Amino acid sequence: MRLLLLTVAIPVLLTAQPDASVGKRIFESQCALCHGQTGGGGRGPSLNRAKLAHAADDDALRTFISQGGGDMPGARQLHPDELAGVAAYVRSLGAMPAETLPGDPVRGAAVFTARGCPACHIAEGRGEGFGPELTAVGARRNSAFLRQTILKPASSLPPDFQYVNAVPATGPAVRGVRVNEDSFTIQLRDPAGRYHSFRKAELKELTVLHGQTPMPSYEGRIPAAELDDLIAYLAALKGKL
Amino acid sequence: MKWVALLLCGIASAQVPFDRIVNAAREPGNWLTYSGNFQGHRFSPLDQLTPANVGSLHVKWAYQMDARAEVSPIVADGVMYVSGPNSAAALDLRTGRELWTWSRPVPKDYQNIGFGRVNRGPAILDGQIFVATLDCYLVALDAKSGHERWSAQVADYKPGYSMTLAPLAIRDKVLVGVSGGETGIRGFVDAYDAKSGKRAWRFYTVPGPGEPGNESWPGDSWKTGGGSTWVTGAYDPETNLVYWGIGNPGPDWNPDSRRGDNLYTCSLVALDGDSGKLKWHFQFTPNDSHDWDSTHVPVLFNATVRGTPRKVVAVANRNAFYYVLDRSTGEFLAGRPYAKQTWAKGLDDKGRPIVLPNTEPSEQGTLVWPNLNGATVWFSPSYSPRHNLFYVAVRERASIYFKRKADYKPGTFFAGGGEADPIDQTFSGAIRALDPATGQQRWEFKMFSAPWAGVLSTAGGLVFSGSDEGNFFALDASSGKPLWDFQTGGPIAANPISFTVDGQQAVAIASGKVLYVFTPTR
Repeated sequence: MRLLLLTVAIPVLLTAQPDASVGKRIFESQCALCHGQTGGGGRGPSLNRAKLAHAADDDALRTFISQGGGDMPGARQLHPDELAGVAAYVRSLGAMPAETLPGDPVRGAAVFTARGCPACHIAEGRGEGFGPELTAVGARRNSAFLRQTILKPASSLPPDFQYVNAVPATGPAVRGVRVNEDSFTIQLRDPAGRYHSFRKAELKELTVLHGQTPMPSYEGRIPAAELDDLIAYLAALKGKL
Repeated sequence: MKWVALLLCGIASAQVPFDRIVNAAREPGNWLTYSGNFQGHRFSPLDQLTPANVGSLHVKWAYQMDARAEVSPIVADGVMYVSGPNSAAALDLRTGRELWTWSRPVPKDYQNIGFGRVNRGPAILDGQIFVATLDCYLVALDAKSGHERWSAQVADYKPGYSMTLAPLAIRDKVLVGVSGGETGIRGFVDAYDAKSGKRAWRFYTVPGPGEPGNESWPGDSWKTGGGSTWVTGAYDPETNLVYWGIGNPGPDWNPDSRRGDNLYTCSLVALDGDSGKLKWHFQFTPNDSHDWDSTHVPVLFNATVRGTPRKVVAVANRNAFYYVLDRSTGEFLAGRPYAKQTWAKGLDDKGRPIVLPNTEPSEQGTLVWPNLNGATVWFSPSYSPRHNLFYVAVRERASIYFKRKADYKPGTFFAGGGEADPIDQTFSGAIRALDPATGQQRWEFKMFSAPWAGVLSTAGGLVFSGSDEGNFFALDASSGKPLWDFQTGGPIAANPISFTVDGQQAVAIASGKVLYVFTPTR
C-alpha cells in the first residue's frame, strides 16, 4: 500500500513543480521591459536580491505578479502554472549578484546639493517638491535608468507625465506640469511650485509639450566622476525617512 | 403644517400598480422603474429644466451609502427608494432623511468573481420594493416599513452565481438575471410571482441537450457556457414581450472548447412575459472571445427605417456596433459601428459580423478595439422621443487579449486568458447622439477618459451624464454643447434619473459612495 501511494505521489509532485523555463520566456517578453532581461532593473526595481519588497513568500510573489501594485500592472492573463513559473524564475534572479557602482554615495550627496537638485526634488525630507520625490528612487530604478534620466531627462518620462502650455482668454500663459485633469478642468503646477486651475472653456489654447520636461539635461555639464558619485548617492536612496 | 401633511400622505399611499408603471409618462414627477419606463428610454418628460436655466442647479441634499453607489433610484409619491449590495433604504424625497433601512448579511464565503460588490437599483410594484442580493436572493420588502414580505433563492452563489441588477417588475411578476459569466455558470432569466415569491418561469440562456441551439455547443461545453443576464431588460406591455440581453460565453477568452455560435450568448432574446418562452433571438457576436456581453438595456421605439414605419428595438452593443431590429420578429433592419473597432469588416445583410482574421485572443496577445469592457457596457443609453435621438456613453479603449488554457472548477475564475492595456494607444470617451433608425452619429461630446456612467435625456432639451473624474454634467440635447457641470468628488458609475420635489424638477446621480439630488434652488 505504501509503495502504491509513493508511485502515485511522485508524478503529482513532479507536475506540481513550477517550470522556470516557461517563466523565463514570459519574463523576457513581458517583464524585462521594466525589470531588465536578467532582472537588473531599469524603470522598475532590480530583482537581483534575495528579499523582494512586495513578496515575503512565494504565495505573495505569485499574487503580486498576477494583480500588480504600485506602478506595476498585473499579469492577470497568466495561467496559475505560468504564474508559478514566472515566480520561480524571479526567485532564481534573486541569486544573481547586485550591480556594484563605481561612485561614492557620500560625495554624491554633496554633488546633489551643489548641482541644485534640491531646488526641485525632495530627498530624505529636504528640498522643494516640484519634481518627483527621491527618497526611495534607488529601490525603484536601476543605475542605468538614473544615468539616462540625468543626462536625457526627456527620454524617460513616465507615461502619464505631461508638461503643458495653457493660454487663458485673459491673463498670462502658464507653462507647467499637469497634476490633474477632467473633461472640464485642468490643474497645473508651475516651476515655482504654484498651482493653477483652469476651466478648459476659458482657455484659448491648451498644448501638450510632448517630450519636454522642466528638468534640465546635465549632458556635458557634469564631470564623469561627479556623475558616478551622484548616481551612487541616488541608487543608495532606498527607503522612507 | 402643509408640508407635513404632504409628506405623510406620500408615505401612506406607496401603491404603485402595474398600470401606473405602464403609464409612467403621465406622472413624470415620479421614476417608477429602472429605465423610467418599460421601453428602456431613460427619458424624463419633464421640461422645467432647459438649456437656459440648467445653470441654476444646486445640491439639494446628499445621502451617504455604505459601499460604492451604482444605484438608479425609484421615486414614488414623495419617497425615494435606493439599494446597495444586500441593502435598501427609503428616503424622504425633500430632505434625504431615512424613513427605513433594510439589510441582509453577505455570507462570509461569498466571492464576487469578475465584477464589483454593487447593486444597481430596486424595483417597485403595488406596495412592495424588490431587491436582488449578491448571494442570489430576490427579496420583497413592504414599501411602507422596509420589512420583509418574502425572499426567494434564485441560485446557489457558491459556484459563482450572483445578482447586482435592478429587478424588473412587470404585470404581476418580478424578473431578475444573474452575474457569473467568468465562472462557467449556465445563465438564465427568472420570473417570480410578485405576491407569493414563487418562481413562475425560468429561461436558460444556454439550451440543454435536445433543445434548439444546443447544437451550437460541442460536447459538454454548454454546461459551463456562461450566458449571464446581469443587466435589467425592457418590456412591451402591448405584446407582453420581455427583451433581455445575454452575456458572454465561457470560458471568456478561449473559444477552442466551444467552436460554434454558442447560442444564446451575446444575444438579445424576446420572451413571453407569462411563460418565459422564447419568441425570437438575435445574436450580435457569435462565438465571442473578447468578453463582449450583450447585456445592455434594450431600447424600444417606433421608427421609419428605409421608408417603412417599424416597431423596433435598438441596442448599442459592447462590440461597438449599433443595431436596429424589428421587435416582433427580431429581423435585422440596420446596423453600423458607433465607436472605433478593429475586429469586424462590417455586418452582413442579416446583421452577422464579418469577422476579420487574427482578431481572436492569442498566446502572445492580440491588440483589438474595443477593450473587454466594450464600446459601451452596462450603464444605460437614453432615447429621446422629443429630439428623436439615441444617446450613448462611449468608451474608446483597446485591449491586448491573451488566450490561455481554461480549467473549470466550480466557484473559480473560468476565463481562459485575460487582457492588458496597450501602453502606446490613446484612450478617451464621449457622449454620442445617434440617429435612432440608422446609428449615424449626429453629435459628440468628447470626454477626458472612458466613462462608466449612463445617460438621461429630458423633454426640456438636456442630456445628463457623468465622468470617471467625478464630473456630473448637462449637455444640450440637440447639439451636445456642455451647459453645466458639478464636481461630485468621486468616480461616477451610475445612471441619472429625474423627478420632482415640491413641484420642482430634480436630477439625481450616485457618485463614489454618495447619492446627490440637484434642484434649481435649495
